[in-house]
Amino acid sequence: MAYSASFNPSGGGAIAGLGMTAMTRDYTKSASGLAAEAIRLAIEDAGLTKDDVDGLLINAGVTQGVSLGLQPTLGFRNLKLVNHMNAAGSTAGQMVQFASLAVQAGLATTVACVFADAPLRPGVSAGAAYGGAANRPRGMASLAPAYGFFGAANTMYALAARRHMALYGTTQDQLGAVAVSTRAWATMNPAAMQREPMTLEDYHNSRWIVEPFHLFDCTLVTNGAIAVIVTSAERARDLKQPPVYVIGMGQGHPGNPRRAGYENEVNTGAITARDTAFGMAGVGVGDVDVRELYDCYTYTTMVTLEDYGFCRKGEGGAFVADGRLGPGGSHPTNTGGGQLSGYYMWGMTPVSEAVIQTRGQGGERQVPQHDVVLVSTQGGILDHHATLILSPDPAAGTAKGSR
Amino acid sequence: MTTEAQRPVPAPDDESAPFFDGAARGVLMLQRCRDCSAFHWPVCEVCTECLRDDLEWVEASGRGTVHTFGVMHRVYHPALAKDVPYNLAVVELDEGPRVSAAMVGVSNEKIRVGMPVQVAFEEMAPGVFAPKFKPR
Repeated sequence: MAYSASFNPSGGGAIAGLGMTAMTRDYTKSASGLAAEAIRLAIEDAGLTKDDVDGLLINAGVTQGVSLGLQPTLGFRNLKLVNHMNAAGSTAGQMVQFASLAVQAGLATTVACVFADAPLRPGVSAGAAYGGAANRPRGMASLAPAYGFFGAANTMYALAARRHMALYGTTQDQLGAVAVSTRAWATMNPAAMQREPMTLEDYHNSRWIVEPFHLFDCTLVTNGAIAVIVTSAERARDLKQPPVYVIGMGQGHPGNPRRAGYENEVNTGAITARDTAFGMAGVGVGDVDVRELYDCYTYTTMVTLEDYGFCRKGEGGAFVADGRLGPGGSHPTNTGGGQLSGYYMWGMTPVSEAVIQTRGQGGERQVPQHDVVLVSTQGGILDHHATLILSPDPAAGTAKGSR
Repeated sequence: MTTEAQRPVPAPDDESAPFFDGAARGVLMLQRCRDCSAFHWPVCEVCTECLRDDLEWVEASGRGTVHTFGVMHRVYHPALAKDVPYNLAVVELDEGPRVSAAMVGVSNEKIRVGMPVQVAFEEMAPGVFAPKFKPR
């Protein structure tokens, strides 16, 4: 792959701090308040002070509860870099990418990247927060609610999963296998919101939301915030935590072409993002030890695994069905319980668990081999994708390449 | 005075008027690019295929196939509480665009991906018709 000679990913960025608020369905404070807490925790985690932060990247959730105004709210002054970024669920991965590039280019030294949202309030259900009927569109946009297209992502991902089932014979049991293996990891994560063990029978008994999705196919709407501190690889080595090096990154944005000739329901931006990211990192799909994949739905995990090349297109169902994604399996995936059973902080869910695993701080759920950790962040209805490849070893790619 | 929730209904506006006027006549209208002949759904200002903006309204065949579908169980809108479970479908029109709509004339259990369909207009508010699809 041809990259600028001056760009050296392994000498680039590293994640030096992680801050997470409680992950909860209770409304405790505003998104801004949650963002402040997560950033403060991330700064402390890195062993830095507020004055060390000279960059701020902001990602709002469904309520748009944080914005550029977060800078004055938090009293950050004289920043060298600030932006309110939006590429839906892929933004968290993108924030880390842009922060890594910025610190390498010398635009800033210490960039806080934050996601914060508080969609659940007294009297506002998860369904109302994400799929509600607040808007009254006009014109052809008014047709969808007239047909009953509510539930936004739930509905559109369910329809995508149905297409996969029809094309490839993917079964309800196979979707359920993802829910079960992801829950098995969550039982070992104190931060996860759903920690009761789940069987395939429990999965089938969970109520329908929109067929082919049961309740347990869908993520858990969550109030909370997560921040990470990105700094240079060099500087990260002198800080409090084991450095998490960003050794590869990439993006893919298929654009959701809703017309004949495209199979946008069963192909994600990971197909494009993976080549850039693996090429930059100098690793292949077979080198990945841990997978932290955006799993807003069980189906998202399955189709993302296909698109990174862990199995062939259409074989995701059979691939996940034997439990290999779960604890003790050959392909540890979403080791904190993901978004399905852990917490739904958009792209910060996979980013946060990847930081924990890369550092080796996963406790009971730590994957023993964690040299190469893949992070996928996914937005829209499989419209936007950003990949990170993280490692505790800045030369992991070189090492793999020399095998 | 009733407190019953109002059912969401289509609300034509100026730019979608040719579409809804066609629907009232029982004809599915689509925009087509005069430059590259691509058909479009829904109303657009520019052609997504060639970025030109010379679009005309033309009569479509009303034929297509079920691209994918789902069956809604959750009540997101109070007026639809008595409708669940109801189907939602994406139909690929013979002209190319994929349309989000609903199926009629078939039970939810019998809907299949790939099923050939034909448009069937339904009056969803007085004088306002919307396309649904039935097996053909």
